[in-house]
Amino acid sequence: MSEMIRLTPPLTSEAVSLLKAGDRVLLSGTIYTGRDAAHKRIVETLSRGEQPPFPLAGAVIYYVGPSPAPPGRVIGAAGPTTSYRMDAYAPTLMAQGLKAMIGKGKRGEEVKQAMREHKAVYLAAIGGAGALMARSIKQAEVIAYPELGPEAVRRLVVEDMPLFVVNDVHGGDLYQQGRQAYQR
Amino acid sequence: MSSLRTIDVSQLRDTVAGLCGQADIFLPADVRAAFNKALAAEESPVGREVISRLLENADIAEAESMPICQDCGLAVVFLDLGQDVHLVGGDLTEAINEGVRRGYEQSYLRKSVCHPFTRANTGDNTPAVIHMRVVPGNQVRLWLVPKGGGSENMSKVFLVTPAQGLPGIKDRVIETVEAAGPNPCPPIILGVAVGGTFEEAGIRAKRALLRELGSVNPDPEAAALESELLTLVNNLGIGPAGLGGRTTCLGVFVDIKPCHIASLPCAVNVQCHAARHKEAVL
Repeated sequence: MSEMIRLTPPLTSEAVSLLKAGDRVLLSGTIYTGRDAAHKRIVETLSRGEQPPFPLAGAVIYYVGPSPAPPGRVIGAAGPTTSYRMDAYAPTLMAQGLKAMIGKGKRGEEVKQAMREHKAVYLAAIGGAGALMARSIKQAEVIAYPELGPEAVRRLVVEDMPLFVVNDVHGGDLYQQGRQAYQR
Repeated sequence: MSSLRTIDVSQLRDTVAGLCGQADIFLPADVRAAFNKALAAEESPVGREVISRLLENADIAEAESMPICQDCGLAVVFLDLGQDVHLVGGDLTEAINEGVRRGYEQSYLRKSVCHPFTRANTGDNTPAVIHMRVVPGNQVRLWLVPKGGGSENMSKVFLVTPAQGLPGIKDRVIETVEAAGPNPCPPIILGVAVGGTFEEAGIRAKRALLRELGSVNPDPEAAALESELLTLVNNLGIGPAGLGGRTTCLGVFVDIKPCHIASLPCAVNVQCHAARHKEAVL
């Protein structure tokens, strides 16, 4: 297995271009959460020519809707949600400077093409490991759309969040490569 | 014949409330055992690492009273109501919903139910989906299955033709898993209902998920199909978290039933590895 690459947002095109499908990443710093409903609102905001709830240039977005924080904790369980539901919105965000998306599951061809064009990557967290993922989240604050509850946009400060590079800017796809090695 | 027994629906409410936290926080023992077995058998180093992480996740969830997965599910309740039970104290459906409401709030579980069009969250994870049967006896048996959206979205109902037959059924199951790939959080569990009708095949497929992993199907025809489908699905190579490996599926549960001479329904309910199910008897 490959060694861990450390990443800290905001990310540059140069930094993400060095990543290859199959690389393992430890992410530290500030990232933002967003799922279906938040993506819809952000894209609508952009189409009206207004400012999104967080700066998209160099940003990392995590597709997650955490469970409520128990007393004394920063956040509840916080594993990734399935990413294809954000495919309709992802190219628009990448065109505005989004550099990495964290989720689980396959992306559509248009999204993969947009990743190559805009130099952005798709990272996978282990789906269903919500309690484990919460350990790498040190701060969490709702910054937009609080009425969406679990789907509100949160600013997270993370430390050594363990991730896999699934789609790189060169067309590599870990889901395809991984499966080919074990298919019978 | 059992004697008539009176049960207050508030007992059901409190039982459901307790089951919510238990189901979402504690990984079922059968799934943990299946993880340990898969860890020994998995050839892919990344696959082994994913399974180790999932075991670690279960330990953290238990130690910190956190849900295993942030998707604490839509509360599906299977309820077998003894025909010699007299329910008093209010509306049964409302009692179950109130149990879900309390359980999700008390245990800090995510509320994941919304209006289909506006997507406005109902705020309390209700309404639950309730499947009720009337059975002999004077007990109430219920199972809570908090069902996650990611795996549910990969599930399918097929109306296969009789000419396509059993080979057609196998093809549909394999194509369902192949199309789902990494999306439903593999290693998955499959509930497969064959026969019956369009509407109840889906319910039987979900009910099949109540079985313990590693249990043997008493129907030899179904048991043989389970074993064949498990091999075929694991040959796909999708692996833990979809990153490649031998462990795509931990178990297949098949339910076979007669159907109309013109039909061959087949429902495939995909379940993620956070295969939460918790039972109680009153």
